[in-house]
Amino acid sequence: MIKKFLFSNFIAIFISLIFVISCSKDTSEVIDYNIEFKKSSGGSLINAMAGEPSNLIAMIAGDSASSAIAGNIFNSLIKYDENLNYAPDLAESWEISNNQKTITFKLKKGLQWADGKPLTSADVLFTWKLITNPNTRTPYASDYQLVKNAYAPDSLTFKVTYESSYAPALDTWTSLHILPKHILKDEDINNTFFSRKPIGSSFYKLDKWVSGQQVTLKANNKSVLGAPLIEKLISRIIPDTSSQFLELTADNIDVMNINPIQYQRVFPARKDLQQKIALYKELGNGYTYLGFNLKKPPFNDIRVRQALNYAIDKDEVIKGVLLGLGEAISSPYKPGTRWNNSNLSPYPYKPSKALKLLQEAGFKKNDDGILMKNGKPLKFEIITNQNKQREMTAVVIQKRLQEIGVDVSIRVIEWASFVNRFIKTGDFDVVVLGWSLSLDPDQYNIWHSSQQGPGQFNFLGYSNKNVDKLLELGREELNVSKREEIYHKFSKYLLEDSPIIYLYAGYGLSAVHKRVKGIKNPAPPAGIYHNNYDWFVPEPLRRNEISAR
Amino acid sequence: MLIGISLISFFIMHLAPGDVTSSESSFNPKASEESRQKLRELYNLDKPVIIQYGLWVKRIAQLDFGNSFASHQKPVLWERTDKSGNITKGLIQESLPITLMINLLGICIIFSISIFLGTLSAVRQNTWVDRSITLFVFIGFAIPGFWLALLLMYWTGVSNQWLPISGLHSLGYQNLSNFDQFIDLLKHLILPVSISSLSGLAGISLYVRNGMLDILHQDFITTARSKGLKESKIVFIHALKNAILPLITIVGLSIPGLIGGSVIAESIFAIPGMGKLFYDSVLMRDFPVIMGILTIGSFLTLIGNLLADIGYAWADPRVRKGLVK
Repeated sequence: MIKKFLFSNFIAIFISLIFVISCSKDTSEVIDYNIEFKKSSGGSLINAMAGEPSNLIAMIAGDSASSAIAGNIFNSLIKYDENLNYAPDLAESWEISNNQKTITFKLKKGLQWADGKPLTSADVLFTWKLITNPNTRTPYASDYQLVKNAYAPDSLTFKVTYESSYAPALDTWTSLHILPKHILKDEDINNTFFSRKPIGSSFYKLDKWVSGQQVTLKANNKSVLGAPLIEKLISRIIPDTSSQFLELTADNIDVMNINPIQYQRVFPARKDLQQKIALYKELGNGYTYLGFNLKKPPFNDIRVRQALNYAIDKDEVIKGVLLGLGEAISSPYKPGTRWNNSNLSPYPYKPSKALKLLQEAGFKKNDDGILMKNGKPLKFEIITNQNKQREMTAVVIQKRLQEIGVDVSIRVIEWASFVNRFIKTGDFDVVVLGWSLSLDPDQYNIWHSSQQGPGQFNFLGYSNKNVDKLLELGREELNVSKREEIYHKFSKYLLEDSPIIYLYAGYGLSAVHKRVKGIKNPAPPAGIYHNNYDWFVPEPLRRNEISAR
Repeated sequence: MLIGISLISFFIMHLAPGDVTSSESSFNPKASEESRQKLRELYNLDKPVIIQYGLWVKRIAQLDFGNSFASHQKPVLWERTDKSGNITKGLIQESLPITLMINLLGICIIFSISIFLGTLSAVRQNTWVDRSITLFVFIGFAIPGFWLALLLMYWTGVSNQWLPISGLHSLGYQNLSNFDQFIDLLKHLILPVSISSLSGLAGISLYVRNGMLDILHQDFITTARSKGLKESKIVFIHALKNAILPLITIVGLSIPGLIGGSVIAESIFAIPGMGKLFYDSVLMRDFPVIMGILTIGSFLTLIGNLLADIGYAWADPRVRKGLVK
């Protein structure tokens, strides 16, 4: 019985071990998070992200995790303020020449890198040279290649001249992180330690990066704004969102993105969570659409496209897929911004009108209730990538279209295959996809008829001479109100032609622990993270670092 | 053998449409097709597959596993030091120890518990003990791991706060003493290891049970009994020794499995192991990393087979002397 004895011993030790090491926490007393707290610096903020950043040089990384973290470490010349207007970042001011081809940026005085070295216009010039260098492995060079000349006449001035006036120019300078010349001048940007140990100029600097586990940033008091109130910003990498949610409910993380079910169903039912966690919603800068392959019949017929637009109930999609946390849109711009044409409204849900249009286009119902033309049924396949919301959207649409006699099937495909096998070759009928866009209204790459080559973004094959002209004009016009007019017209054409059916613009949903103060609610147009410099964790609410798991 | 394996995996990998430039985040109007084409050229992805394979073999012949495409040229296998002394760790170098540790712990637990359970149910054949053990291991086998994991995480992490929910280390881990660091790691490993062990119990314990039943009905056991030996001695010394012989083969065969992690478990518990690494590289079409992992995996499989044969010969004199095949 030796073996058995040993084993029962083992179990006993194991169980007692569990009890010993699970030194239970005190049952936390109820804290009232809603009273006024004094602002003070210090403490830490822990957030969760699903993926690990690939590297922290934004021009080379493409993933959202990288840009989220790099955005806290680096500055650009200019940035968007909370109302999405241009605001100074490293540049104190900027001036556009009369012929609209030259922009002169004046840097703020006394700028410093986190290592104490001065930040000058030479660094800006170096960064521009780096991104336009053909050996740099960046997909974002094209905007900066439009600059004919860039020079730095003195240490505070940076001047760029464009071949012809380019309206999105300022927007491109909001997303180019300025990199330090003194560190990178002899490095190969494609293969450098700097991508994992960056030195930036913004108000956080990298403290520690544990691969696959967490990235810790700490306050950088050499930044142009000085040190932020929260001293440490810890991003934990937790791929699974249910695990993230468990960590949030157990107080181990402070910030995470949540889904509509958690927002609309879980939180309202859980008083204990409402007490300590605040929810925020903000309209993102993207939308989901149903796009037609315009080169294929019957989608080359505008009546068919409009009919299908009338046959889809967008409100039903928003209610069913997003639990109401989205908005129906009628232009490819964020509602509430100046580029959005508020005179337009989405196609209403009118199946009778849809049927009428389809009859005009030559479709007749057969005995089985399927629409037929020249002996062929109206039948197509919706393809989408592996994205739960898009899959559900396709299902809702399938049902509505079946009701009017359209035979729809759905196919879900892994992303890389989706792009290479179907989008690039143009071998598809209908897609459900989304665009998430920059804040500049220029959409030349998506809608101009010259952008239809394989791998280019007008893969639907949209071509309209009036739209082409407007898009060309809009790229050159720097006067904001004239531009606004141009893009309002463009949106009107796009809505009429209906090359895509706008389905929804969904809200970005965040849950933040109430110990974090200083967040603007309701969220400004630029989103809640916009003022994370001013966020703070009051001293009595800080977590004890060592006992935190 | 290795060349054949690598050739097949290289070509199958390239059959899948897409490459590293077609990730979801690069579907961005700001990223032009020309610059993506340029990237393809820089990574040699525009060359015919056979030439790419040649380049890969050339590198691998010098034991150079190359650099990852997707995570900014991190070395695939082992760390690299640049001229100013900055160390960039290899992807496999970072993930492998974590996966190895979890799997080794898992295997030790699986084997010790299974041998015990298997023996017990063989000795008490057809009693309630036997039946309930069989029931237990099959429930463990059949239960969806991710579901049980989430329930246990909720129970031990949220409602009771006994154990950490996910990750490998607590915050402020570096401030702890060595012993506390060890305890901290152990706490983080309890759930992942026990969940991954649960599904492995069924196979091995039934294996032991059946082996044991065979042996217990053999003549030498009857002889031992008639000699008047104590039953415990018969079971644990004479029978068990013979019954666990075949397990050596299983241990050998599970060596390649040691470096493979479960994607689901690693995602749920936020453990940066090999499973997640492989899965992500397949999604990103990060060819050097995929090939690196496959090559090491197939190498270990071959080694595992060899070790199993040697171990068998070492443990069983009949094999050594060529009496049985």
